[in-house]
Amino acid sequence: MTLLSVRNLRVTFPTRQGTFEAVRGVSFDLGRERLGVVGESGSGKSMTGRAILGLVRPPGRVTADRMELDGQSILNLPERRMRRIRGRRISMVMQDPKFSLNPVMTVGDQIMEAYRLHAGGAKHAARDKALEMLRAVQIRDPERVMAAYPHEVSGGMGQRIMIAMMLAPDPEILIADEPTSALDVSVRTEVLNIMDRLVRDRGMGLIFISHDLNLVAQFCDRVLIMYAGRIVETLAAKDLHQARHPYTQGLLNSLPRLDAPQDRLPVLQRQDAWREGDTITQSLDTEFPGGL
Amino acid sequence: MLTVENLNVWFGHPPDRVDAVQDASFTVPQGESFGLVGESGSGKSTILRAIAGLIDTWSGTIAVAGKPQSARKRDRAFFKTVQMVFQDPYASLHPRHSVDAVLSETLRLQGMDDIDRRIARLLDDVGLGRGFCFRYPHQLSGGQRQRVAIARALAAEPRLLLLDEPTSALDVSVQAEILNLLADLRAEHGLTYVMVSHDLAVVGHMCDRLAVMQAGRIVEVMGVTALRQGTAQQEYTRQLIAASRGYARA
Amino acid sequence: MNQTRRDWLLSDAPQTRAQARWGSLYQGWLTFRGNTLAMLGLIVLVLLIGMAIFAPWLAPQSPFTQDLAGRLQPPSAEHWLGTDALGRDILSRLIHGSRITLFIVGTVALIAPVIGLFIGTVAGFAGGWVDQVLMRITDIFLAFPKLILALAFVAALGASITNAVLALALTAWPPYARLARAETLTIRHADFIAAARLQGAGPLRLLVKHIWPLCVSSLIVRVALDMAGIILSAAGLGFLGLGAQPPMPEWGAMISDGRTYILDFWWVAAMPGIAIFIVSMAFNLLGDGLRDVLDPKGAKE
Repeated sequence: MTLLSVRNLRVTFPTRQGTFEAVRGVSFDLGRERLGVVGESGSGKSMTGRAILGLVRPPGRVTADRMELDGQSILNLPERRMRRIRGRRISMVMQDPKFSLNPVMTVGDQIMEAYRLHAGGAKHAARDKALEMLRAVQIRDPERVMAAYPHEVSGGMGQRIMIAMMLAPDPEILIADEPTSALDVSVRTEVLNIMDRLVRDRGMGLIFISHDLNLVAQFCDRVLIMYAGRIVETLAAKDLHQARHPYTQGLLNSLPRLDAPQDRLPVLQRQDAWREGDTITQSLDTEFPGGL
Repeated sequence: MLTVENLNVWFGHPPDRVDAVQDASFTVPQGESFGLVGESGSGKSTILRAIAGLIDTWSGTIAVAGKPQSARKRDRAFFKTVQMVFQDPYASLHPRHSVDAVLSETLRLQGMDDIDRRIARLLDDVGLGRGFCFRYPHQLSGGQRQRVAIARALAAEPRLLLLDEPTSALDVSVQAEILNLLADLRAEHGLTYVMVSHDLAVVGHMCDRLAVMQAGRIVEVMGVTALRQGTAQQEYTRQLIAASRGYARA
Repeated sequence: MNQTRRDWLLSDAPQTRAQARWGSLYQGWLTFRGNTLAMLGLIVLVLLIGMAIFAPWLAPQSPFTQDLAGRLQPPSAEHWLGTDALGRDILSRLIHGSRITLFIVGTVALIAPVIGLFIGTVAGFAGGWVDQVLMRITDIFLAFPKLILALAFVAALGASITNAVLALALTAWPPYARLARAETLTIRHADFIAAARLQGAGPLRLLVKHIWPLCVSSLIVRVALDMAGIILSAAGLGFLGLGAQPPMPEWGAMISDGRTYILDFWWVAAMPGIAIFIVSMAFNLLGDGLRDVLDPKGAKE
């Protein structure tokens, strides 16, 4: 089943030198799977996520042939209707929890507010839900964390709180934009485990935006590789190291590796042809290799 | 080249005093590339800043080229020997200074003559070329900015370069270019590196030896072969290596 | 403008120092020009400056010639804005008064932010007891209402337009000092300051070459926005008889003269009032536009 279907998504910004196309014709379907979106800065990966959530600010413009959530168009909805979808049906986790949490509200109040905004209900119900969510993201002492202010928790804890907050209304899709880049490796594993379990247990669709190829290869089911606003290659995550597009290969090769020391790292030679050209699509055995 | 003995660094005053580094000792011989790794808050960058003289609340010994340094003031000879490249190339260049202004000020401060010719050579050295001379930081990409920052550090013709996560703010393809550049410069100028990073693969690629830090203390100093083979002495180091190998689904 | 010069100015890869400098100026100009209201403010101010320069040629009559027979005349073909209690042509007085307004604005804008910048950046950069002493002095100045303090200064120095301006400048600097200090505190630990320090740059060089250029832009914006207030304060001093002395055509003093007749001969007070309003507004609009150009973080999304 397809949760989200996007065809020919374009995001453009007017500049003094003409229009700048941040996203140039992106098409993909998201099922109940972990979909990785990989690319370098400026590749349009974050902008794709923002466009789906209707978070592209004017003068930026979003156009698409199709952008449907469960068969219902969510392209350029009026802000009031988009707000009902954002958070309740599609949630987003950002890179740095420091900038996403309100510094003058306790963690508990914020999660409860997020929940009641979408689900309504009594205060004590929201409180139970918030505690349940904090437990779901492996916070050992949820009562104490509920009463804490954002500056009193660590980065990894903050990111888990963000995830708890985003998951409180039970969204169908979670868009995570570099959710672990600001975290240390040891904390990273925990946060990923939590998201992984949520996809499996709740049947959520996850769009995982990251610049970290190895991480995406290990964590996701399917990967889209973006370059200059386009998807240049899509393939099953487990096959990432057999990628066929020279850009994907170049990115993988330019990573230093502990197991294979080399004197010089191969440098990516960018080619103009990559900007256009067709998407290399791996013929997958199933449409959604992670299973539905 | 660099000797650090019983280094303690703290911030603030009691009772709020935070001991960021405790009893750290290591030596880096001339020409070596030495790595400092650890998670955020482990004190690795703090050590680097104390060596550079950007933090003055420390005790212990820091000796550069055999000469002990004081916490308060560094002399001209120190700035000619030791230079630093910072983590975030977006924060380490003055937003209103062009490349030309940055480099010529640096060269003048270091008492160099023949400024224009030196600027051209520095830009060639870091692979930018003269065309970049009059650009402002906002006209440069992240990798280009970091090259300018490296050119600025090289302007003094230092012998010891302190690298504070020089590629962590960059894309992997740009990281490869910068790491290659740093390796070339070391070979060419016979530089000594002390490099801080949270990325074990980067340190494994760049360094000969490394110190692993946890909560302000050095837990282990090891050679890069031991790192690659995963034969660390300490449990913490082994965990770190395992975690850096990637994500294994629980 | 032809296409090649525009490209040369907007080039991402300037070839010379001059091109780089002109290019960044042109970028700023384009941003500013995009703000219609700010352009309006700029046009008004350019007109004001033109008016001040060419006052003797523009003014239809002398601002001082009295005509007691034709006093308190309403606006007419002969006297476009009417005449005041001594029969002087109000339009001519307004035109000549623009010189005084510009003198006040210019002098205050030169003195106050410079004192503020110096004290604020030194305090913020040095820290410790220097910071404490300088900021407490600033607090003392801030503790008095600006106009009262200016009144005290003028009373002590003697009533004249020069002393009024001096008093205004001396009372206007503390907010700039606070602003400059706050800016300095955010940048003094920046990596580019650390990098310059590692090149052996001394505190004076860091202050002048690295910190000042970053503080100046927000100060300029603030000055432009404060100008309206300064014009009003100067007018207030004039109104109280402590600023410009008769028969100088200072706008505030003109309102003061007209207040006796405000019910029957409204134009005597209203015309200089409108002039003050237009100029204050122009400065405010200009300040808003400058903020878009110079201080991107304060600009509206």
